[in-house]
Amino acid sequence: MASIDLQPTEYKSPSHQTTISGAEAIVQALIQEGVDIAFGYPGGAIMPVYDALYDYQDRLHHVLARHEQGAVHAAQGYSRASGKVGVCLATSGPGATNLITGIADAHIDSTPLVCITGQVPSHLLGSDAFQETDVIGISIPVTKWNYQVTKAEEIPLAIAKAFYIAHTGRPGPVLIDITKDAQFQQLNFEYKRCTSIRSYREEPVIEMNQIEAAAKAINEAKRPYVLFGHGIILAEAEQEFKAFVEQSNLPAAWTILGLSAMETSHPLNVGMLGMHGNYGPNLLTNECDVLIAVGMRFDDRVTGNLDKYAKQAKVIHLEIDPAEINKNVHAHIPVLGNAKKTLPLITQRLQKKDRNEWLERFAECDQLEHDKVIQEELNPTNEILTMGEVIRILNEKTGGDAIIVTDVGQHQMVACRYAEFKQSKSNITSGGLGTMGFGLPAALGAALGAPDRTVVCVVGDGGLQMTIQELATIYQTQAKVKVLLLNNEFLGMVRQWQQLFFDKRYSSTEMINPNFQLLAKGFRMHTNQVTHRDQLDQALTEFIETDGAYFLEVMVGKENNVFPMVPSGSGVAEIRLD
Amino acid sequence: MEKQEFTITVYTENQVGLLHRITTIFTKRKINLESLTTSESEIVGIHRFTIAVTESEEQVIKVVKQIEKQVEVLKADFYKKKEVVQQELALYKIATETLTNGIEIERIVREHNARFLTIERKFVVIEKAGYKRETKALFDELEPYGIKEFVRSGRIAVARQQFGPGKDIEAVLLANSSSI
Ligand SMILES: Cc1ncc(C[n+]2csc(CCOP(=O)(O)OP(=O)(O)O)c2C)c(N)n1
Repeated sequence: MASIDLQPTEYKSPSHQTTISGAEAIVQALIQEGVDIAFGYPGGAIMPVYDALYDYQDRLHHVLARHEQGAVHAAQGYSRASGKVGVCLATSGPGATNLITGIADAHIDSTPLVCITGQVPSHLLGSDAFQETDVIGISIPVTKWNYQVTKAEEIPLAIAKAFYIAHTGRPGPVLIDITKDAQFQQLNFEYKRCTSIRSYREEPVIEMNQIEAAAKAINEAKRPYVLFGHGIILAEAEQEFKAFVEQSNLPAAWTILGLSAMETSHPLNVGMLGMHGNYGPNLLTNECDVLIAVGMRFDDRVTGNLDKYAKQAKVIHLEIDPAEINKNVHAHIPVLGNAKKTLPLITQRLQKKDRNEWLERFAECDQLEHDKVIQEELNPTNEILTMGEVIRILNEKTGGDAIIVTDVGQHQMVACRYAEFKQSKSNITSGGLGTMGFGLPAALGAALGAPDRTVVCVVGDGGLQMTIQELATIYQTQAKVKVLLLNNEFLGMVRQWQQLFFDKRYSSTEMINPNFQLLAKGFRMHTNQVTHRDQLDQALTEFIETDGAYFLEVMVGKENNVFPMVPSGSGVAEIRLD
Repeated sequence: MEKQEFTITVYTENQVGLLHRITTIFTKRKINLESLTTSESEIVGIHRFTIAVTESEEQVIKVVKQIEKQVEVLKADFYKKKEVVQQELALYKIATETLTNGIEIERIVREHNARFLTIERKFVVIEKAGYKRETKALFDELEPYGIKEFVRSGRIAVARQQFGPGKDIEAVLLANSSSI
């Protein structure tokens, strides 16, 4: 097949032509896209770009990660905190393959990224040249779009398309692989942002009969129940969403990617969905009569066994991606479109209702969960420290204003369950892929993407060691990341499963750890360690109030478990409180 | 749901890597592609994939949506067996000497509505277009005479309706003529 039709004439205006190198064109294109920060790691095949960056340091700040995985997760954290496209750069071969985990993570969590990789010179393509990998082939399944540039003249259009595709519609990661010779070649540079692609539709056309049907079903419902996901945050539809649930007093529960889209203290915010979500939100999924899913995709960690999921309910699914409709759960009323536009159309048609009885059901379940789980987790009566109490006190110190970035495991579930949020884009976690090692670099990216906000990275001792090298990047950038290590000296979440489902056979989950205090000191961090409850309050005050990065390690119970839990393979109503 | 034969048609931009992108959508779900044919379509510059699978309708619907979501895909559709006119092409190579041993082969070729594509000194090539069962039937009859080489193309098919998907695509292209 032939290569992309570039229509170069459209992009050149002979009157003000400037000839620059492909590498410089890449940097200028990034600047034209409003990029002021990029995360990356240099190497042979991307050196011309790094050389060009040298001249643009005042306009485009490059953050040198300590591993390409760190760079891509940082770009993700940056994007999730700022709402902008995250940009990362890497060299060919190992540099590019090191990006893949983060790209896959961004793909499943719909995070807009533009990743630029260097590639061997075009005449060496296919020759197994030094550091040649088929990055296009490898990244196809985990990118929204990718493209290999072999001629400098292709650069402006390729980058313009990359940004457009990454951030429109259902966002996602895009990879542009650029051969080294294309970086050296000269081109007549003129940049035009991309605003449409003929084969690509940003959003489905809204069908008014779907809007009407959805509003009618909600108006007729006795026990309507809303599930909200990342789609609200990506569409920046937080206000529209709040107006929607408030109009008709609709109880609403969040997926961990939807968390923070509506303030956690909102009376209609009934809690967290999923395997370690709240009791009521799971149980009552099977009692509602109309289930309204907004910008979420019915991940199996949310639904449990699909054969036992909301079978009694009429399902309304508000979604921007037609491929999500009926993928996992049948939608009786699909409402395709951008939630920012579809939600107000439905809200206008909703009758005011008080729904006290139905809301009371959630309150009852909440009380039960509180008595059986939450009370002891947040205010333990024995001396072993719990993750929950750490988060409870952290809430007091941050006032719910911080961005909480988590890694993956028990601490993630506890942080998502108990952290309080007042504003959107504040819970940054790896949801769909569950990528250990995400937290620390994502927190760095978040701190650079939202420099006025406090950023706390809640991380386990396992996940921390997957990307611990990024403490060096935190030091070099002086990013004010607060690292809160909840150390249970175990791969806690896996250990919990071993305890519950594998007869307590703790196969390769206990960690004989390094001295994290010394390590963090080595990375020139403020550090502190808490081993007893009486130190905790003061330590967390200092942790938040100290200006700059901080490493606080809290030694929590080694064998504490996260409850409630929907055991894998069970239905949501089979949620266990202990 | 029961598996049945489907033909999936995909209209796309002419783009390197798109073939890979489309096939991974099947391989990710461990769906076997019975055949995949790419060609130009009736619209200038627009390519077309014709894919044959045997799958449940539910799975095919999901796959088609995933295909259509790809940036460079203009349209993806699926058809049941009865909804398309389809053909496959088969070539059979046999030794020329089997022809000289009587009129059997010529009779078989005639009866099957096949034809000799070329007759060389050492071998002849027979061509037959039709459904798989028809090209298979010819294969079975020729087999006793020794088939030296056999190949069957992927399925190609057009929709049994006045206008194929191309009609919608032309409208899309017209509406977006200013975009890239
Ligand atoms: C890259 C990666 N490898 C393996 C896993 C499987 N896994 C999920 S949670 C977990 C344990 C995490 O342990 P730790 O980081 O100490 O956090 P804790 O559960 O103790 O809070 C593991 C190994 C994963 N999610 N990601």
